[in-house]
Amino acid sequence: MHSGGIWGFILRRTLLGLLVLAVVSVLVFAATQALPGDPARAILGRSATPESLAALRAKLHLDQPVLQQYWNWVTGLLHGDLGNSLANQEPVSTYLKPLIINSGFLVLLSGIISIPLAIAIGVWAAVRRDKAFDVGSSLITLLLAALPEFVVGVVLVVLFATVVVQWLPAVTQVPPGGKPWDDLKGMILPVATLVIAVTPYVARIMRASMIEVLESDYVEMARLKGLRENTVILRHALPNALGPTFQVIAINLAYLAGGVIVVEYVFNFPGIGGALVGGVTNRDLPVVQALAMLVATVYVVLNLIADIATILVTPRMRTTL
Amino acid sequence: MSVVSDVAITPEPESVTSTRRSGSVLRDALSLWRTRIGLVLVVVLVAIASFGPYVAPHSPTAFVGPPFSSPSANARLGADYLGQDVLSRFLWGGRGILAMAALATAFGLVFGSLVGLLAAYSRNWLDDVLMRAMDVILAFPQIMLALVAIATVGPKAWLIVLAVGLTTLPRVARVTRGAAQPIVERDFVGAAEALGVPRYRILGRELLPNIMSPLMVELSLRLTYSIGLIAGLAFLGFATSTNGPNWGTMINQNRIAIQTEPWGVVLPVLAIALLTVGTGLVGDGISRAAAGIDRGRPSE
Repeated sequence: MHSGGIWGFILRRTLLGLLVLAVVSVLVFAATQALPGDPARAILGRSATPESLAALRAKLHLDQPVLQQYWNWVTGLLHGDLGNSLANQEPVSTYLKPLIINSGFLVLLSGIISIPLAIAIGVWAAVRRDKAFDVGSSLITLLLAALPEFVVGVVLVVLFATVVVQWLPAVTQVPPGGKPWDDLKGMILPVATLVIAVTPYVARIMRASMIEVLESDYVEMARLKGLRENTVILRHALPNALGPTFQVIAINLAYLAGGVIVVEYVFNFPGIGGALVGGVTNRDLPVVQALAMLVATVYVVLNLIADIATILVTPRMRTTL
Repeated sequence: MSVVSDVAITPEPESVTSTRRSGSVLRDALSLWRTRIGLVLVVVLVAIASFGPYVAPHSPTAFVGPPFSSPSANARLGADYLGQDVLSRFLWGGRGILAMAALATAFGLVFGSLVGLLAAYSRNWLDDVLMRAMDVILAFPQIMLALVAIATVGPKAWLIVLAVGLTTLPRVARVTRGAAQPIVERDFVGAAEALGVPRYRILGRELLPNIMSPLMVELSLRLTYSIGLIAGLAFLGFATSTNGPNWGTMINQNRIAIQTEPWGVVLPVLAIALLTVGTGLVGDGISRAAAGIDRGRPSE
């Protein structure tokens, strides 16, 4: 196959990820250029004088050629300068920073719960293939996987926060300047929604991957050697089955980064979801661009880590490099 | 879940690459209970969405009572946030979502399978270029790309269809390429090449019929996600019209009064849930039939 061993592989994947991000940044930047009308006029309104428009255009560098504008934007991004919000004139980075932390906490908490849960369900279903647990969990994960996450969220609100019983708050209430961990009770439903949205995928892939490994020659060999079943499953089968699952975990963590958008909106959670929906409604492009680049970067980096981790943890794949 | 994913709901995605004819796969799928239940759900919901407007007692924008008023003889399921008839708006509210989801899925499936077939068949730089281009689109969650597009142009129906279709495309392309790769290596493709059969006919007549099963699974899977995505955008407030009848919009408009007047939320939530579960079950049935998992016990 390719040469260069493991480091060559990592280098190639990293360069490829950077290339993808570069193209993504051109696309996201192009979105501003497609905007009908003049951003300077959008900020200053109809009554603006030609002089003030020209001054603001110069300040926003709108008078420069497109390539120069793109270059300014990208170098700004790399230095953490995301421009100013068109809606409130605040620097985008100041505005988004606390929201990113909040959303990050939500994603992390959901990931910490859903990933081990999904791996356990998948492995147990594979080991007990075609038994009651497998049939039941397969059907439930299939049904849950089909539901859009906002439907899951609203159903949870109906069941646990409003119509049926009122055990949990329907919205997350973070006081201004506070953190989401100040309202852990309010985080139960958003986290539960994301866990329900994400677990079915990982569990199904984990099951398929584990079944394939359990039927392989080397597991047969380990059994024939007379090893105990637990040792066969935990020491020989599981490590090889985890490989493809890393991909799925990465895809799903990345998915959580997108899924939070709708789920945060359902629970009024103060995170990037609300900022994005607000940004789209107000056509506040600097905010939308910053969040698009953030989520794309998270996606690419997670996939990169997954690719590398897959190679590192899968004993039988290391030899093919 | 609608936003993801490159991961099929199918339990054994790699074994879907069967060369069994699509007709017999469909027949096998229909002998499974899950496919039948899924199909019934889809037919019922599509019927409600398509014919609902003809049987709705009121216009979806007519005022029938005070906002959030309880069910009465005039408004069987109560009134919504503006005092409009919940039942009528429910009966009107599926059409747009369904039509847009169908168009977006069709777009993604047609162009995605074309890209996937071209990539698998070319076996050269074109394969690399096409699949790296797909990676760029895959660097966004589906909803993110749709939101960037809406931020730029506004919530136009054609734009939402295009954005959802475009983000469906690379996901279909990957599956198509994966399914077509082993077939490209087979003798009959080489034979067709040797006979000088034009390339588009090799793609259409030799490769395409052999990947119909995974494509049918993709069709139901992508339709499931497209419905969730388009309804989800409406829920966020990005429907083509702010007060147009739309299941997603309805949920958002009426959820503040969920406790006093739950119908305005419960009906559209149920409709979207049953529809997506239906398409999901059909997809799972087809993938099981294609993999031949249940050949020995067709009725479970």
